[in-house]
Order: sequence, then C-alpha cells, then structure tokens
Amino acid sequence: MNAMTKTSRFPLQMAAAYLALSAFAVLTLIPFVYLFFSAIKSQDAFFSFVLWPTDGAWYNVDWDGFTLDHWHTLFFEAGILRATVNSFFLSSVTAVLATLFSAMGGYALAKYRFTGRGVATWLVLGSLVIPFALLIAPGYQLLYWLGLLDTYAGLILPAVAPAFGVYLFRQAFISSLPGALIEAARIDGCSDIRIFFQIALPMVRPMVGAFLLITYLGTWNNFISPQIVIQSAEKLPLSVFVAQLRGPYETQYGLIMAGTLVAVFPVLVLFLLLQRDFIAGLTAGAVKG
Amino acid sequence: MTSARQHPRWVPYFFLGPFLLIFAVFIAYPMILSAFMAFEQNAGPGVSEPVGIKNFTWLMRDPAFWTAVKNTTLFAAASVFIQLPASLGLALLLNNKQVRGRALWRMVFFAPVLVGLPFVAILAGLVFRTNTGLLNVTLHWLFGFDPEFAWLQEYVMLSLVIAAFWMYVGFNMIYFLAALQNVNRDLLEAAQVDGANAWHRFRNVTVPAIRPVAAFVVLLSLIGSFQLFELPYLMLNESAGPNDQGLTLVMYLYQQGFDRGDLGYASAVGWVLAIALFGFAIIQRFTSRQSEADV
Repeated sequence: MNAMTKTSRFPLQMAAAYLALSAFAVLTLIPFVYLFFSAIKSQDAFFSFVLWPTDGAWYNVDWDGFTLDHWHTLFFEAGILRATVNSFFLSSVTAVLATLFSAMGGYALAKYRFTGRGVATWLVLGSLVIPFALLIAPGYQLLYWLGLLDTYAGLILPAVAPAFGVYLFRQAFISSLPGALIEAARIDGCSDIRIFFQIALPMVRPMVGAFLLITYLGTWNNFISPQIVIQSAEKLPLSVFVAQLRGPYETQYGLIMAGTLVAVFPVLVLFLLLQRDFIAGLTAGAVKG
Repeated sequence: MTSARQHPRWVPYFFLGPFLLIFAVFIAYPMILSAFMAFEQNAGPGVSEPVGIKNFTWLMRDPAFWTAVKNTTLFAAASVFIQLPASLGLALLLNNKQVRGRALWRMVFFAPVLVGLPFVAILAGLVFRTNTGLLNVTLHWLFGFDPEFAWLQEYVMLSLVIAAFWMYVGFNMIYFLAALQNVNRDLLEAAQVDGANAWHRFRNVTVPAIRPVAAFVVLLSLIGSFQLFELPYLMLNESAGPNDQGLTLVMYLYQQGFDRGDLGYASAVGWVLAIALFGFAIIQRFTSRQSEADV
C-alpha cells in the first residue's frame, strides 16, 4: 500500500519540481540571451526586436539586423582593450597578493604560539564586521595624503590583506594541517619559510584556489573604489569604463551591451568552469564558522 | 607543542607582518581618522574645520537622509523576506537526490552573481526601460501588460528588488544547499515513519539543522543590503532617480562626500551606517548562541 501511494504520487511531485526549476532557469537565462543579442544587433533592430531580429527569409531570422559595428567602435574608438588589460592586471595582482598575505597571516595564527597572538586573532575577527562604507571617506583622505590617488597602488594596497581571508585560512590550516607534519619537517632541518610554501600551502590548496577566485571576481566587479580613486581615463578598469560608455555613446544601447558582454563573458566562462572550487570556498566560512 | 621553541622568534611575526601592516595603515587608521572627521566639516581633502556634533544634527534633520534610510531598509527587508525564502525553496528543490542534472541547475542559478553588480546594474537599466525593455516587452507579450509601465521613473525600489533578486537568489541558494547537507537523513526518515507530515519534518528536523547557516546568510544579506550602492547608482544613470526614489545610505554618503565634497559629513554618515551594522552583528551573535542553546 505504502509503496503504491509512493509510486503513484511520485511522478506528479517530480513533474512539479522540474516545472518550477525550468521556469526559474528560463527567468535566469533570458537576460543573458537579451545581453548577447543586443550586443550584435543594429540600433534599428534593438528598438524593433527584443531578442533576435525576425521577419527574415531564413527561419524567420533577419540577418540584416545583425552588425559588428558596436565591436568595431568599442575596440578601435572607445579603447576597451586597454580597460580589459587594466582589469586583468588589477584583479590578478590583487588576487595573488591577497591570497598570499591571507594565507601567511592565517598560518601564523593557526600554527604558532607567540606574544600577541590573542590580540591579533581578536583583531581579525573584529574587523570582519567593519563595513566598507565606513572607510570610503577617510580612505580617500588617506590616499590623498599618501599621494596614491589615481594610482593602482591606491587600489591594490588597501585590498591585499583582507581579514576575511586571514580568517578563512586560519580555519583551513587548523582543520587540515597536522602539527606533526610541521614538526617532522623541522626535524629534517627544513626552514619555516620553506615549510610554509612546500608543505603547508599545498595542504590547503582548495582554499588557495577558492580565495584566488573570490578576490579576483571581487576586484573585477568592484566599481566604487576605482570610481573614487582613479581619475585618468586610460587607467580605468572595465567596471567604470563600461559605465562611462553611457556618456559619449548615450543612446547606443547595442554598444553599451557589447561593452558589458566584453566585461562579463571571459570571467563568466572561467568561473563556471571552476565553480566547484569557488563554491567550496564561499561556503567554507559559513558552514564551519 | 614542543616545536614552538624550535623556530626563531621572528617567524610568526614575519608571516603576520603584511596583514598587520596593511591592516594598520588602510583599515585601523582610517577608522580612527573617520571618528575624528565625523566632527569636522571638509572642503576638500585636508581642509577642515571642527563643527562638533553638527554633522549628526544636520543628518537627523535632512529629509534626504531619511529617504535613504527608508529605501535602504525596504531593500534589506525585501532581501531577507522575499529573496532568502526563494533561495531556500530552490535549495530544497535541488537537494532532492532524485532530481537529475543537479550540477547543471545549480550552475544556471549561480550564473547571474558572476556577472557582477556594476554590469547587472547596466544591463538592468536597459531591461527595465519602458516600451523597448526586455521586461515590458515580455510581460506585454505574455499578459498584455502595459508596455509604458515606468519602472525606473515611478517604481524604482520595485525594480531594484527584482534586479537584486535575479542576481542573488541563486547565490544564496548555494549557502542553503551547503547547510542542507547537515540535515540528518535518518532523523527525517524516522519522522516520516512516525507519521510526521512534510511541513512538520521541515519545521522540526530541517530548520534546526540549517539555522546557524541561515543566520549567517541573513547577516550577510543585511550587510550587503545596507551597503547597496552600485545597483541603483548605475541602473539610474549615476543618479538617485526621480525624487530620490533610489537613494540609498551609501549613495547619500557618496553624494555628500564626493559631489558636495564634505568628507567630514560623509564620515558621520559612515558611522551611522556602521553602528547599525554592528547592531545587526551583535543581534545575530546573540540569537545564534540562543539557538545553539535550544538544540
């Protein structure tokens, strides 16, 4: 009897689940389709057709509605290549340094006993709750005094030692690096610096990968910091660059969408490929902490 | 830990050094600085004059500040009460082991957050346009919805909530999915055998197990919501929208600090915001401790 009700009720429940998931997936994906087609449509087609241009001869698709003009303008007039290189540079340097310094800090807190460790741990935990917004005004003043406005150092330096990262690595080292391993290496005459790079870091490789990705994406998509710190047009990263396209190319929506696609696409593909590591890092703090 | 004596004394300080240095210069010092700046009026960096608590009294009397408080609170409430339940719902659907292609579904729902806030905002600025925007065209085609519906002119907060929903619902789902792994399946089955219905199993077995992560996600959501800036700022073409309908606290801070150029006043706004967020963090700690005591 029990088995009967289970089998008869089961398909309906599953059908409802798939229906809900599919509806949600369509809602999630349509803006991507819109973004893609807007980026390769002419201005006329943008206003006439919401996705791809129709009423043509071939499967009802109007090929004349497509154009690569926006891409030509973006790369040869607006200079989006420069902004892309800037974004790559800023994100890579920030991600590598932030991961290195976070791992070093987390390692010290997890594996050494030293004077001031309690205070340092407290500082790390305490600064997790400092909101970024509180640092905007005084941070600008400080960068002005240090002569770091309109420089990449002014963007990178404040971002390379996030307390959040130190905390994540501290947890990772505590849970997955046995103290006996360090001791054995010391007995073999291995220096502490070498132990860190050759033994400790490889043991927390998943966290290294996840944190690289988190900081890379965070820097790539940061708007407010470069908006405030950078003034020279040639130094702008993609986030501010694409937003500013709306000045000179105000009503050229296709061009703005093409710019957005340039900014979004490489990162989207890279992260979807690596999403397993990325997600593991995101949830590590929540589930264990 | 006998090994502690075998390393040179400077080693831990060497490892912690970069963090401490950067923290002292770029976090601790600005924080202290802003406590002083909050009682000054600035006319450009370094040109300041003490004004006592006037920044705070002006703040309390500025209707724009209260508009920002109202909008920000509304957005935070929508995140917690609309977006997070939807995230949990999606997670529960995907947690069903009989659903096929779960990795693919998860990837699809997770994708929008990878687009990034500024680019979502720029995209949404076009999606919500009247007449030619994706949303109105689709709604008109499906339901005969008014294509002139002025999302970004008259329904700014609603537009922001929808755009944020699209971006974050799958992101928060990830946390709930991770939390659902902590649910004891034997307990669920035992409850089923004892005749507990789906709601009771959810309420008495699932909810207690995911509560700590849920509390964390709520806090994360509140912190993010209260610092909302890019989404309205870029969706509304670098403005607060008609009648400040999209003005948020951080946008107010930005306008005061950089458009009006008073970093002192902006610091005061920053402190008001920070104290609210500290409050949330303390409440979260308190309630999550209590729930641990319950279990």
